[in-house]
Amino acid sequence: MGKNGPIPTGRNGSPGPAWWQARKAEAWKKFQATPMPRRQDEDWRFATIDAIQLGDFHPGSKGKTAESKLLARSSASFPHAAKAVFANDCLLHVEGGEELAKKGVVFESLGGALQKHPALLEKHLMAHPVDLGAQKFAALHAAHASAGVLIYVPKNVEIELPLVAFHWLDGSEAAVFPHTLIVAESHAKVTVVDFLGSTEVDGTGLACGVNDLLVGPGAKVDYICLQRWGSKVTSFQLNSTRVEKDGEARSLFVNLGAAYARQESRSTLVGGGARSEMLGLSVGNDRQEFDQRTLQCHDVPNTWSDLLYKNALDDRSKSIFKGLIRVAPGAAKTDAYQNNRNLLLNPEAEADSMPGLEILNDDVRCTHGATTGQIDRDQLFYLMARGIDPRTGAQLLAHGFFEEVIDRIPDKKIGEAVRTFIVEKFASMKMQRTKEEGMGPVRKSGKGSLPETEVLDVRALQGLGT
Amino acid sequence: MSDTELQEKPDLQIDQDQGNFSYPEDYAFDAGTGLTDKTIDYICDAKEDPDWVREFRKKALKVFNEKPLPTHWASKDLENIHFNDFRYYLSKGAKPKRSWDEVPDDVKRTFERLGIPEKERAFLAGVEAQFDSEAAYSNIKKAVAEQGVIFVGSREGLKDHPEIFKKWFGKVIPTADNKFSALNSAVFSGGSFIYVPKGVKVKHPLQAYFRINAENFGQFERTLIIVDEGAEVTYMEGCTAPKFDSVTLHSAVVELVAMKGAKIQYITVQNWSPNVFNLVTKRGLAHEESEIKWIDCNIGSRLTMKYPGVILKGRKARGEVLSIALANNGQHQDTGAKMIHAADETTSNIISKSISIGSGRATYRGLVHIPRHLKGCKNNTECDALLINTESRTDTYPAIVTRGEGNSVQHEASVSKVSAEQIFYMQQRGLSEGQAMSLSVNGFVNDLVRQFPMEYSVELKRLIDLEMEGSVG
Repeated sequence: MGKNGPIPTGRNGSPGPAWWQARKAEAWKKFQATPMPRRQDEDWRFATIDAIQLGDFHPGSKGKTAESKLLARSSASFPHAAKAVFANDCLLHVEGGEELAKKGVVFESLGGALQKHPALLEKHLMAHPVDLGAQKFAALHAAHASAGVLIYVPKNVEIELPLVAFHWLDGSEAAVFPHTLIVAESHAKVTVVDFLGSTEVDGTGLACGVNDLLVGPGAKVDYICLQRWGSKVTSFQLNSTRVEKDGEARSLFVNLGAAYARQESRSTLVGGGARSEMLGLSVGNDRQEFDQRTLQCHDVPNTWSDLLYKNALDDRSKSIFKGLIRVAPGAAKTDAYQNNRNLLLNPEAEADSMPGLEILNDDVRCTHGATTGQIDRDQLFYLMARGIDPRTGAQLLAHGFFEEVIDRIPDKKIGEAVRTFIVEKFASMKMQRTKEEGMGPVRKSGKGSLPETEVLDVRALQGLGT
Repeated sequence: MSDTELQEKPDLQIDQDQGNFSYPEDYAFDAGTGLTDKTIDYICDAKEDPDWVREFRKKALKVFNEKPLPTHWASKDLENIHFNDFRYYLSKGAKPKRSWDEVPDDVKRTFERLGIPEKERAFLAGVEAQFDSEAAYSNIKKAVAEQGVIFVGSREGLKDHPEIFKKWFGKVIPTADNKFSALNSAVFSGGSFIYVPKGVKVKHPLQAYFRINAENFGQFERTLIIVDEGAEVTYMEGCTAPKFDSVTLHSAVVELVAMKGAKIQYITVQNWSPNVFNLVTKRGLAHEESEIKWIDCNIGSRLTMKYPGVILKGRKARGEVLSIALANNGQHQDTGAKMIHAADETTSNIISKSISIGSGRATYRGLVHIPRHLKGCKNNTECDALLINTESRTDTYPAIVTRGEGNSVQHEASVSKVSAEQIFYMQQRGLSEGQAMSLSVNGFVNDLVRQFPMEYSVELKRLIDLEMEGSVG
């Protein structure tokens, strides 16, 4: 793709100001000048680089699904304050913005924001580093981005109901570049949910999205990204989160779709008391590959971060987790935690884990853990002894494995939606390993009661901090 | 408090003193400075190498020249190694002596100052003492030799026992494994060759001692240990060098082969002077139901890069790495472990503890690989880092690949500092701050040190006490 270069105009007809055009041209140059990742690049270790298909996908290609049908499918199961719907980067529908504007809140498509709030956009759009390996694709995004929303919440304004955006990939040769920019001023509060999906389950295409969460002093931002691209899509989701003094960010990336999905998430804590919770949850089947790279960047004293990424992998699917906690020399009293847990549902599945630490200060509490294992046979036996068939039993246990993550979403209705998505994904999978003959001899469970530990429990992950 | 106690930084020379001396150079063989095909020819001629070895070395030199430095993941400090400034072969004669009386006086004095002959009498089954490129002394106790145990230098190994040597040499660590294994393959000299026959359990440890005496020198020993079915051996190595202003390079290759049911324990206490680049490749091949255990302790050197590994090739084989690293001012200890599972029901365990003092940097780098089609493999990895001063640094970079059925891995790491409450508590009971710090650090490594042979654990505790002196800033 990409011979056609950056899109000179906003998708919805606006040509865009000069700075916008200049940035796009510059990003396009950078994309062309940056080489494709190579196998020996540390940031791409274990990744199947051949799986990255930039192919013959075209930004702005016409979809074949009727608008009304797409709009009908774009419904969230939980109450929300505003909604925007995009298909192949075209804005189809936006609602709720006027009501929010009364409080000074901005909820605009990028096209709309370009006309009404150019200063906000110019100041914040991709102003923060995306540097965990996918720089080339961040540049590609910057060159093409035209769809997505700008959310701006002024000082002391709290929005209780979530704001949602739908992005659809439609047709066989589309490329989309969903953008989400959240700016929460001091003591503002907002929850945003992105739904990413293809019109067809086995859809193809390229998705290259960026989301920036800018959390002001004392502000609270919750961001949930539900990725359900078609099973042949190549996907990039690049996140940069920046938290100021006493701010709190929480992000959850649910990865269910795509053939190759690279997700980068970076939290930079720049003010004392800043907190970032980074959550991930993936269910893989077939030959899906989830490539996750994270960075917890502690630049100043007294900051907190907690990362938990869980992957359940069936068939020949694969997950790569590479995480790093980086504590700057002056960042005393850092409290950072990083945990990657993988559940292999099939002997052919693969989990690669690289949990890293770089600590340049002695007065910290930093721990990390990584575990990979199978469904606990004793627990499965327990369920089977109560008449639950092994397949259902294994699914129940896998759901249990994810509960720890879902539980951490404060909005219980959103949690319920995540649960539904996971149930649907499992329903579409053949859980071959859970067939009775495939489980091998089931050992006798010593205890008569349900084990208190969860599927894969590793205790003693606690640090020795003071 | 006296002035010396008020020093902010620890006095690093204390523990180095034991090894920090050198004697004037007087070598019969000197390959000169730099590394070319001619250097290889000189080494081969001096050592009277057979043709296949000459060919092996020349091929390796090509590989070495072609391979880039691994600075895309490793320390940029590697760029400060100027390979053409080193001398690659220095010896007073290629044949080691069997009795200390025959060893040249200055060399003998060196090892006496390091206490080697004394230790040999006290508790060792055999000793080899390498001085620059060649072993000056090599001896094995009669009773052990009579059991059929072979303990000689690599030169004697390849000459006198080619049938065993050739079978395994370069098989566990191929020449092209990495740039430094290629360098070693080109210019190797010294090191040990050990063969323990079926069922023989060598009661006392075999010891090798590596000594660098000359300036601008590179030491490239090559060790190959083969332990036959059901046999057992413990091998210990120690190393020191005098402190020079210029860079010294130590790049060894160590290959272990444990046949069915065999046990190998390999213990290293590395205490090179702070001008030494210590870039070592160590790997074991564990056959069915065998066990290879690396106990690796790194205290000295400027930059150490060493990741002892085990290829678990046979069912129920077990690999273990216990690692202690102490990084003081200006030092970077980049250590870790590699566990390659290649058979069902294999298990591996990695325990790493590091302590960073002053501006020291300790890095754990690890690889655990469990491929598909394997069943019932287990790995446990624990990395704990202790940071003593504000500017101390630690990194952890593990990589874990898991596939297959019924396999489980767990990795955990923590970073902490010495608890102020603990120090306060001990000071209340009359200990000085320094003593309290030493006690605390010794407590941190205690469960690992206890697994070391007695002589080494005492030595290690003493070294830690010394390194900790004055480190409270």
